[in-house]
Amino acid sequence: MVDCIRGTSPVSEPKDFRASFDSDSQRTPVRVAFVTRRTTPHVTKAGDDRVMTNPDALLRVAVAVMALLIVLVVVSLLFDAPLEGLANPLQTPNPAKAPWYFLGLQELLHYFPPVVAGVVIPSLVVLALVVIPYFNVNVEAEGFWNRNGERKSILVWVAVAALSAFLVWFSVYAVLVPTLVSGGALIVTAAAPPQDKGFGGWLRSKPLPFWIMTWFLVVAITLTVIGTCFRGAGWSWVWPWGEL
Amino acid sequence: MNSLYSRLRGTAVWRSVFRSGTGDTNLHRSLTVQQNIFLHLASVKIRRRALEFGVTWYLGTLSMASFVILVVTGVLLMLYYHPSVPQAYADMKDLQFVVSAGVFLRNLHRWAAHAMVVLVFAHMFKVFYRGAYRPPREFNWVVGVMLLLLTLFLSYTGYLLPWDQLAFWAITVGSNIISAVPAMGAKIRFLMLGGHTVNANALLRFYVLHCVILPLIAAVFLAVHFWRIRKDGGLYTGDKPRE
Repeated sequence: MVDCIRGTSPVSEPKDFRASFDSDSQRTPVRVAFVTRRTTPHVTKAGDDRVMTNPDALLRVAVAVMALLIVLVVVSLLFDAPLEGLANPLQTPNPAKAPWYFLGLQELLHYFPPVVAGVVIPSLVVLALVVIPYFNVNVEAEGFWNRNGERKSILVWVAVAALSAFLVWFSVYAVLVPTLVSGGALIVTAAAPPQDKGFGGWLRSKPLPFWIMTWFLVVAITLTVIGTCFRGAGWSWVWPWGEL
Repeated sequence: MNSLYSRLRGTAVWRSVFRSGTGDTNLHRSLTVQQNIFLHLASVKIRRRALEFGVTWYLGTLSMASFVILVVTGVLLMLYYHPSVPQAYADMKDLQFVVSAGVFLRNLHRWAAHAMVVLVFAHMFKVFYRGAYRPPREFNWVVGVMLLLLTLFLSYTGYLLPWDQLAFWAITVGSNIISAVPAMGAKIRFLMLGGHTVNANALLRFYVLHCVILPLIAAVFLAVHFWRIRKDGGLYTGDKPRE
């Protein structure tokens, strides 16, 4: 504040104010102090919506940590971590599965060549995640159908149809089904009345980034669940509860 | 009990460690945060709304908590573990039948690891759906994506260490995918495994990555991640700033 009123003598000879600019005012936000006669700059806001980190936040953090610890301890007492026989390079289990969080990728490996499923797709996913905040992606923008509904509806139909055709071409039904579900939900919500207070109205208030991320989430969960529970010898389809 | 605690806080030794002094004024409460190397990554005050459960579901806190649990149980497990073939597997059996509470220790480490992967993913999606990734928090989102990858690498490198069939073939499947990288896939795989197949060299490399290199990198990224929350204006609450 002193910087901004540099050149005046703030103590003696009260003047209303004089504002001056720093040489780097192009880069730093300009702050102008208005110090009028016989008044002091003071905070007018009475209520503060902030609380002390100690103890308010620390206490809640401690409770959260202990809750997690209790849950994990109980689970650890009830369920043993898996341990199979000694590693044997000569005896390949069928199927050989990666850790569960990579089983979505391993499921994709079933449909696409390794360079696509194992390298291109994960790289693109990571790249897409990193650039999200730099591309003006706004998940709190207005609902997708709020403007230009007619034109967008054609675009959505074309996009979902093209993606589905591609997935059918490669027989990637594990991605096709969640794509049809989320794409279908997007198309159906166009019909929901804007004033709807329920789930339909909530969905209708969501912009395109919400729909794309949700599609990605649904696809990722579907692939992971299929790879974990529904794949047996030779990566063939099995039911987790066995043959009926 | 309370007076005992205040007397303890008044002792010369305590005051030499914690400079914030005794007393329960807001000044003292501020100082306990500000003067502590770990707590000072957080601000002294926090928006009341940011503490509500629905805003964050405490997923970031819980991710960090699982990381701490993993460090503690992991260090204890290191006391019983040899990263060599086939001793590594024998150590698993020792944990099971010889070491007191060895099974519990390994269980806790295993389930906390799965929990951390789930929590970090959930944290990322929660941050996205709340719009908290947007400027000025864009760099912290990128740090978060790096932490997600580090979490996956930590879990994946730990997966091999028991040296059972499950571990061996999971890493074999995963490392085969690496060799699909164009031009230098085989080279990367060789660098990762220290050989052409998953063998004793791979176990040692994964052990060093799992116990030293990746946790250190993760700790640095975590410090930046927490510090940037504060520097980027605190936890995002979605509220418009009041006049």
